Amino acid sequence: MGNNIDALTTVFTEFYYWVTVVFMFLIHLGFLMYEVGASRRRNHMHTLMKNSMLTPLVTITFFFFGWWIYWAFPAFPFLGGIASGGNADLAAANTPWSATMSTNLGDRITGVFWAAFLLFSWTAASIVSGAVIERIRSTAFWIHAVLIGSVFWIIDAAWGWHFGGWMVQLLGYHDAYASGVIHAVAGGYALGVLYVLGPRLGKFADDGTPRDIPPHNPWMVVLGLFMIYTGFWGFYAACNVPIISPEVIDGQITGVTWTATNIYLAPTTLGAITFNFLMSLSGGMLVAYMVSKGDPFWTFSGGLAGIITASAGNDLYHPIQAMFIGGFGAWAAYKLHFFVERKFKIDDAVGAVAVHGYAGFLGVCIAGFMLWGAPSTPYEGYATISPWGQFAGAVIMFGVLGFLPAFLVSKVMASMGILRIPAKVELEGLDHKDETAFQYAVADVVAAEKAAL
Amino acid sequence: MSTIGYDSWAVDLADVGAIYPFQGTEVLMVIIAVVAWLAWHVYQAKAESAELKEREAAFDKKAASKNIEGY
Repeated sequence: MGNNIDALTTVFTEFYYWVTVVFMFLIHLGFLMYEVGASRRRNHMHTLMKNSMLTPLVTITFFFFGWWIYWAFPAFPFLGGIASGGNADLAAANTPWSATMSTNLGDRITGVFWAAFLLFSWTAASIVSGAVIERIRSTAFWIHAVLIGSVFWIIDAAWGWHFGGWMVQLLGYHDAYASGVIHAVAGGYALGVLYVLGPRLGKFADDGTPRDIPPHNPWMVVLGLFMIYTGFWGFYAACNVPIISPEVIDGQITGVTWTATNIYLAPTTLGAITFNFLMSLSGGMLVAYMVSKGDPFWTFSGGLAGIITASAGNDLYHPIQAMFIGGFGAWAAYKLHFFVERKFKIDDAVGAVAVHGYAGFLGVCIAGFMLWGAPSTPYEGYATISPWGQFAGAVIMFGVLGFLPAFLVSKVMASMGILRIPAKVELEGLDHKDETAFQYAVADVVAAEKAAL
Repeated sequence: MSTIGYDSWAVDLADVGAIYPFQGTEVLMVIIAVVAWLAWHVYQAKAESAELKEREAAFDKKAASKNIEGY
């Protein structure tokens, strides 16, 4: 920190990211409430712990190798090798044994920036978690959580969410608030697991007609979704650089006006994304309420789908554009969820593939038309935003880095018999043993206390 | 003598970098931590398989029916 302005900028940036991390914890709390509320009573504690344990597992693996992937993979495979060229020093500085990945008075930013990305990783894994409740083995899910949270989403972040990523340079890929980078990849991953895992017992009638398995506690589900909205504010803020000078950006921007930027170091404002976050949320809720005939679960999920659909371009859209795009995303997510359920017998317990995957995919594609010709970054020589670049990006996110690895890993797990719980345990309930022990313990202590009366 | 490399804060902070104890052991710490992480998965996978097997063997149709009705 050379002078007091530099020092204030650094400490402000450190505090800014730290606050976003605290906010983003609410996303995880929301996912827990949502999943447990959607599960049936006999599976509550298993559902809670299956999701909860992704937190430490993704955290440590993101420290071990996830963060390094982000800095090492931007050029790979089309513009260079892993940790090659200009990425070599950045990759070396973000290995788990680097001095900057530690308690270090000379580096105040790496820790909070790492943590902001880590919370995105938790989100990616949590999206998958909700879809597969009540029948996946915990240990199988935790391997998937590490793969989506510390490997596949962060590869796509290096490619399409890093100012030097090859997708940004060659395709003009633009995804400011992660329609594809988080949501499409996690939705695609969830679909890949679900395809192999199969539906919960009783989900489909003998003739293939799907049955509704309503959440045991709709209140808890919608409050969980509202909690996710709250944490989403932190997510949006964490996708920005809060303050930076054109000199530091070192691109094509002229003059001396400092600005906030998106993740690509292209200018935006917190005001812009606040408008668009709220308008896309509103568009999503309004349409979802209408199309679902007032169903609370889908109305709240529609709000989320609305934000997710508009997120790719929410740094640049007009608020009314964000509202209509959000509304379209909610409509498409609702329709696609039930179409895929009927047609392909996919049992997505919380609609995660639709709300995150399909809405995210469509959001990336829509940004290609809405922002056609706009610069993807402030750097010279990069492709501009286009429908074909965005479509290719959406396919890479949802299909190549999402569905495909999940499908292959799940197939291997299924062939080894370690993907799904036995049918008898599924029917009896995953909490049966703990619940029985609880009842015995209660009866024992009640009897003992009554004897002491 | 100090495990963190400093035994006094009478220093110019501009010259201070890492301040954690036992600097120089980072690679060893990473190796141990990765092994511990992998071992955790192996232990949990075995424990879960054993428990599911036991639960399957002890399946109680009446209890399952009651649990299903409890939604």
